[in-house]
Amino acid sequence: MSSVLKISDLHVSVGETPILKGVNIEIRQGEVHALMGPNGSGKSTLAYALAGHPNYTVTRGTIEVDGKDITEHAPDERARLGMFLAFQYPVVIPGVKVADFLRHSVTNVRNPDRREGEGLIGMREFRKELRSRMTELGMDHEFARRYLNDGFSGGEKKRMEILQLAMLQPRFAILDETDSGLDSDAVRVVSEGLARLSGPEMGVLIITHHERLLEFNAPQFTHVMLGGRIVETGDAALAHDLHANGYATVRARHPEAAADEATAKEVVA
Amino acid sequence: MCVWLIAVEECIDVEEMNGKAMSLAAKHPGRIGFDIEVFEQFLSGRREADWITAARRDAFEKYTQLLAQELPAEEFKRLDLRPFNAELFRPVSDSGELEAVSALLGETSDYGGRIVHQDGHAVEVSGSDQLAEKGILFGELQAMLEQHRELLEPFFMRRAVSPDADRFSAWHAAFWTGGTLLYVPRNVEVELPLHSLITSTRNGVADFSHTLIIVDEGARATLLEETASADADSAGLHVGCVELIVERDAQLRYVQLQNWNQKTWHFAHQAGVVENNGTLQWTVVGLGSRVSHIHQDINLAGRASSAEVNGVTFTSDRQKLSYYTQQHHQQQGTRSDLLYREVLRDESRVIWRGMIKVDIPAQQTDGYQRSDALMLSEEARCDSIPGLEIEADDVRCTHGSTTGRVDQDQILYCMSRGITRNEAMHMIVEGFFQEVYDRIPIPVVRDTLSQTVQKKLGIETLAADVMSADDEEF
Repeated sequence: MSSVLKISDLHVSVGETPILKGVNIEIRQGEVHALMGPNGSGKSTLAYALAGHPNYTVTRGTIEVDGKDITEHAPDERARLGMFLAFQYPVVIPGVKVADFLRHSVTNVRNPDRREGEGLIGMREFRKELRSRMTELGMDHEFARRYLNDGFSGGEKKRMEILQLAMLQPRFAILDETDSGLDSDAVRVVSEGLARLSGPEMGVLIITHHERLLEFNAPQFTHVMLGGRIVETGDAALAHDLHANGYATVRARHPEAAADEATAKEVVA
Repeated sequence: MCVWLIAVEECIDVEEMNGKAMSLAAKHPGRIGFDIEVFEQFLSGRREADWITAARRDAFEKYTQLLAQELPAEEFKRLDLRPFNAELFRPVSDSGELEAVSALLGETSDYGGRIVHQDGHAVEVSGSDQLAEKGILFGELQAMLEQHRELLEPFFMRRAVSPDADRFSAWHAAFWTGGTLLYVPRNVEVELPLHSLITSTRNGVADFSHTLIIVDEGARATLLEETASADADSAGLHVGCVELIVERDAQLRYVQLQNWNQKTWHFAHQAGVVENNGTLQWTVVGLGSRVSHIHQDINLAGRASSAEVNGVTFTSDRQKLSYYTQQHHQQQGTRSDLLYREVLRDESRVIWRGMIKVDIPAQQTDGYQRSDALMLSEEARCDSIPGLEIEADDVRCTHGSTTGRVDQDQILYCMSRGITRNEAMHMIVEGFFQEVYDRIPIPVVRDTLSQTVQKKLGIETLAADVMSADDEEF
């Protein structure tokens, strides 16, 4: 049976400010969803809320995986249930080697019942696996010995996110502007990498402004977010249309959400 | 917010209260130091050469004078000595019953020699015979000073630490009980590291161990030293002294791992002197003690001499560790590089005051110092005070310090990869120290530190997995 990630009537606030105002999306394993929308519409808020960021408070609604409510789950529990967020701004962890970090992470995700202090997966098999994933992503094996994201270029950081995705093989991957800030070669590497990784076992939510990522990973569903709500859902053609024509027509079709968007911008300003 | 206010108040108060402690001390002089009665009784228990006793008497005279003076206000305004009561501590004339104190640096067989002191007296020396075949002197300080007076007297408390530096150095010079001596003759290399273990086993013991290392011209050596208490509850006083003499073209690696229990008061003067083209790599680890106040001086006395100083401290509970470091560039082309990393838990406190001093002749000097602190609780506090005093005009000196808390974004990032909050904290702390570990080329030290830090963080078994110390590196 394929798994389902179900987001229902999700309301999320940052501090006192409501950002998401009732988001509904249902993602099945094997599906690719695109989430588009103008800056400030709440896309990254949704990504962080799904990952369980403590600063993003769910005030109403639920997040469920196969009917199990994970709205109150800690981020690590979500990861162990097969959720993955590729960060828009990956965090530097100085002094912690990529290999050590990933070995720990992979161990926990593959053995969700592992308790702190219990053994890690064997170094030999882990090394073999990590190396072959790195080769597939065109990464120098030396990266495994470097400190996580420390001194990495923008492209290297994004590629590191994809490497983690490859190693953790989540059931649901959320990619928050994984293609932003990259040159076209790097976008291609990341896009191809994702295309190779996603498959019938992975549900993908791609948050993007660009079309390139979607060229390699054609979405079955495109959601448009405006003022903290999903105002339209279509197929790949909708994504194409938004790229070509921008959000003016969407705003015109949804004046109420557009008004919310304007208010939100004032609050931010 | 409230906590912060209390902390500031305390800072303001300490100076005044130390003043009050002085007036209290005028009524009860025994609280702040040892009087002539203690000294005479101490001497009556010593069997030693007359010249050593004579030197003690000189030092005691200075000590008495210094004790009558107020403590330097700036140095002690952050360090509260009111609870200190010297009357609770006395030197003892023997080592007592031998107690096995487990050393962090372990019982490894990779050492070329080992010396163990208990309550101020040597209880074990090994390896010195084989070392003696190469002319190396390794053993108990007093015996060595008596047997090799001509060679060693010019070094002992003359080249690196002076008895009259302050009341603590004078106290030490009058009451030192023994210690570790290493002398490596010209162009001789001590291949394996040597291990020196200083332990305290009984309540109320005042320990005055001394470490004197002389690496003669072109010679090389590594010595790993460790201080430890037999149990967690015995109160102790340690007034120590470390002297490292690195002659021309010589190389010394010295590690000191301070792991006294949290009932121990620890005062020390530690100084290294490096002559022409000599190199000193000095690693200081501060884990234990109730209160520590350490002077660490690096004197780059010869042209093109260099020193690398690594500091790792990890405090918890209500510990207070204070380090006064000085990198003193006295000659041309000298280089110093100091990196301290401090992790603070609970209500502990670390004070680091670092000075780079460059004399007029010390042109083309390259001096660097940096201290980074990571706070694991709201109640911990760190004062970092870097300073420069430069008299030469063609130098490069850089300094800096940072103080921060564990970044919540880092925790979230780790957790989003399935790592628990606890594990994430461990990783981040371990990673924070890693940059210092990377500078320490001695595997046993790196591994020991890593494991010790993990232990202090709370989950012992993690030590093995996080940094993959259990099996081959990636």
